[in-house]
Amino acid sequence: MKSSHLRAAVLAVLLVVSAGVVAQAATPQPTEFPPDAFPSTYQPLPSQVTLIEHATIYTGTGERIDDGSVLLRDGKVAAIGKQVEAPAGAVVIDAKGKFVTPGLIDVHSHLGVYPSPSVDATANGNEMTNPTTPQVMAEHSVWPQDPGFNTARAGGVTTLEILPGSGNLIGGRSVVLKNVPATTVQGMKFPDAPYGLKMACGENPMRVYGSRHQFPSTLMGDVAGYRQAFADAQAYDREWKAWEAKVKAKGATEAGPPPKRDLGKETLAEVLGGKIRVQMHCYRADEMAALLDVANEFGFKIAAFHHAVEAYKIPHLLAKTDTCAAMWADWWGFKMEAWDGIRANIAMVDAGGACAMIHSDDENGIQRLNQEVAKALAAGRRAGLDISKEHAVMWMTLNPAKALGLADRIGSLEPGKDADVVIWSADPFSVYARTEKVFLDGAVVYERDEPQRQSTSDFMLGSFIDPHATDAAAGEGAR
Amino acid sequence: MKYLAMILAMLCVACSPADHSDGHADTAAASSAAPANGNAAGDGKTYAITGGTVYTLGAAGKIEHGTVLVKNGRIAAVGANVEIPADAERIDATGKIVTPGIFDPQSQFGIVEVGAVKETRDASAGDSRFSAAFDVADAINPRSMLIPVNRIAGVTRAMVSPTNGDKHIIAGRGAIIDLGSTEGFIHRDAAAMFAALGETGAAQAGGSRAAAMLALREALQDARDYADNTSAYASNQRRKYALTRLDLEALGPVLAGQEPLVLHVERASDIRAALRLARDFKLKLIVSGGAEAWMVADELAAAHVPVLLNPLEDLPAHFETLGSTLENAARLQKAGVMIAFATGDTHNARNVTQAAGNAVANGLPWLDALKALMLNPARIYGMDQDVGTLEQGKLADVVIWSGDPLELSSFADQVFIAGRKIPMVSRQTLLRDRYMQAMRGRKDLPPGYIVPAAQ
Repeated sequence: MKSSHLRAAVLAVLLVVSAGVVAQAATPQPTEFPPDAFPSTYQPLPSQVTLIEHATIYTGTGERIDDGSVLLRDGKVAAIGKQVEAPAGAVVIDAKGKFVTPGLIDVHSHLGVYPSPSVDATANGNEMTNPTTPQVMAEHSVWPQDPGFNTARAGGVTTLEILPGSGNLIGGRSVVLKNVPATTVQGMKFPDAPYGLKMACGENPMRVYGSRHQFPSTLMGDVAGYRQAFADAQAYDREWKAWEAKVKAKGATEAGPPPKRDLGKETLAEVLGGKIRVQMHCYRADEMAALLDVANEFGFKIAAFHHAVEAYKIPHLLAKTDTCAAMWADWWGFKMEAWDGIRANIAMVDAGGACAMIHSDDENGIQRLNQEVAKALAAGRRAGLDISKEHAVMWMTLNPAKALGLADRIGSLEPGKDADVVIWSADPFSVYARTEKVFLDGAVVYERDEPQRQSTSDFMLGSFIDPHATDAAAGEGAR
Repeated sequence: MKYLAMILAMLCVACSPADHSDGHADTAAASSAAPANGNAAGDGKTYAITGGTVYTLGAAGKIEHGTVLVKNGRIAAVGANVEIPADAERIDATGKIVTPGIFDPQSQFGIVEVGAVKETRDASAGDSRFSAAFDVADAINPRSMLIPVNRIAGVTRAMVSPTNGDKHIIAGRGAIIDLGSTEGFIHRDAAAMFAALGETGAAQAGGSRAAAMLALREALQDARDYADNTSAYASNQRRKYALTRLDLEALGPVLAGQEPLVLHVERASDIRAALRLARDFKLKLIVSGGAEAWMVADELAAAHVPVLLNPLEDLPAHFETLGSTLENAARLQKAGVMIAFATGDTHNARNVTQAAGNAVANGLPWLDALKALMLNPARIYGMDQDVGTLEQGKLADVVIWSGDPLELSSFADQVFIAGRKIPMVSRQTLLRDRYMQAMRGRKDLPPGYIVPAAQ
């Protein structure tokens, strides 16, 4: 793919540039990182071979197919085009007048870690006891019962990245989830998805720690904090590499015991090794530029700047470094670093040649990513930018897949990709459009007219038992 | 937003009491000195908006190819056959939709600029002695950057309301402003009293809903006693009251049924408690929040109590909102409850059209959604003699829309507020145009030098 070539090229340049400063970065020595201690147990729900036909399809690759068909088989997109034959026994859905998109992807969610209801016991998104906590993992705070997973699914969201909050410079590992109902977070984990590392620019960390008269209390403190953390991780990495070399040269007995594991430095070392993707909360253009320099200094890559309300001021810089920007359609003004937010942001970043996308950071916004994209597109067109709807669909599908390092598996309706598909009652750019069916790995995980295909959280059970109802009816609830 | 709310809450924890000057109390006079709607004369021009599909929201209903004549700040005529004076500036709205302006029924325009910058926040005074007397009119900045951002999206009028701090369950008095002028912008001061019960009220009253209800009842009883015995109070012949003299005075019009009480309540049982309170004291009650209002819709309708709600609220964000549903608006409307939309986000008050569109997608008739945006707030606050419809004699708050006002691709083409043709420019359009020029090849100067041409 074009973008991954570009990314590789940029990485190569980065390595050359940093070779003089950091000898380690130029040495292609794969470190043996420990396997995921919390492996995914996700299993796709049972599915049938399904042909959706006569739909207007936004493919997620920037194209539109009118009166098109898409075939889902064994959890994958098997075929897509104007004419696709239904195999014998396939479920055929006539989607005439309806629209089809890939499942929507949100790279920035706190579902589960700041769930509904919002109470102290469940608000587990920020380990604000130290400005640098790369050792924590969002998945250990995710409450799978968060009813927000269900409403997000009803909004067509099939994949989402759950991040720690932005109270810390380095907040911890993210987790990428398939949006299926499950009792454990492992049951939702996207198999073999790369981990992300949440980092945060700006006002939040310095406010949290500054108000306690601790480091960092300024923006310059923020930057020094990231740099020292990565410098420490480099030293840690060297320690392990030296031990591994010793094992190789002299054998395990001679090499002695391995260095003590430090979970935080291990995570950062995996960032330096390119295994974990940096997802960085950063509003201001000048701060994004500083962070691109930090990344360059230590030879790691920032997958995406999140929130990025000033990204429209630096699309060239983002394009040059192959860094994505994840944005809201129109949030602004709630703090100084959000003061310059404009509605044309996403469209201008896109027009400037950078990878642009919507994100929610919000349990309500995630239910309507299509509407947020529609507003962003409308603002871009008003600014004079010629952007098609089929192109803008990438802002909620393929581009977030890229930011997650999953563009080869999800984000577009192409043969071989996961069969994550949404059927919309109307053009998803309309405020009146609603999801009718949501498929995840080929299985129907939401169906508007079928209550049995609308998962409810354990938490909601029993909320509305009518004392006048029969036993059978009482459990249904009154919503 | 949850995370944001948490950060903001942390901010307040970091505030020292000294941040709120005691001198503020001296300026919190019993009522505001701001003049009422001096803007009513418009901008001196006569405008004829022609050819559009006009939704009057009044008795004339919808008028195809209608004309709206705007003169001296008011609507001079509306209809399919309106004679256009020679001196009128004609504005062609063919193919477009013409409606009244949007009336935000609960906002913080002019009293919160940057949410996280405490110097720019005047919506509540947690450390003040005052509660009911607190009057936002004394704090409103009509040059707030939020105003142009939202008025060019069709928001023309707003209730500016205080928010609950962390001490008083009565937040204070709100004022209705027009968003089209920097002087004489107060349309009606002390237009409603705001207070909270439920979880919010409980937190302020010491930790229980029951305490919040007691505190509110005590305040109202004291205010009644004060009103009946003002001269005895002046000569120290009354018992000690829970509130200050100014607070008691401010509650007078509420007890007299002249000024509505907007109570923030979400849970069905809390709404019922609010209805009982209103009955006991003969209050003009307005419910704000009302996540579970649909569960007591018939009682609200019977008591003629309107609800200000966010139609996008569908999660059990709190234990008091377990019954949240996207169908709240449609169910209340169907039961005969008057609704208006309060999204709780003043920076993006403009997004209320999107919220209304979602209410329609979830069962609310389209025209009722339009009324909830434009007319119902005027009726709820008793301002409908002035605004809310496109009818002769009303203040000319008029919006020409490029298409369906609720649709995401639509935008306000031109906005009039009290007959003034509003420049369709905001800080956001200026930022956009500056960086568009920078991106579109203006490389001879850094963006900081590029001044976009006014539209």
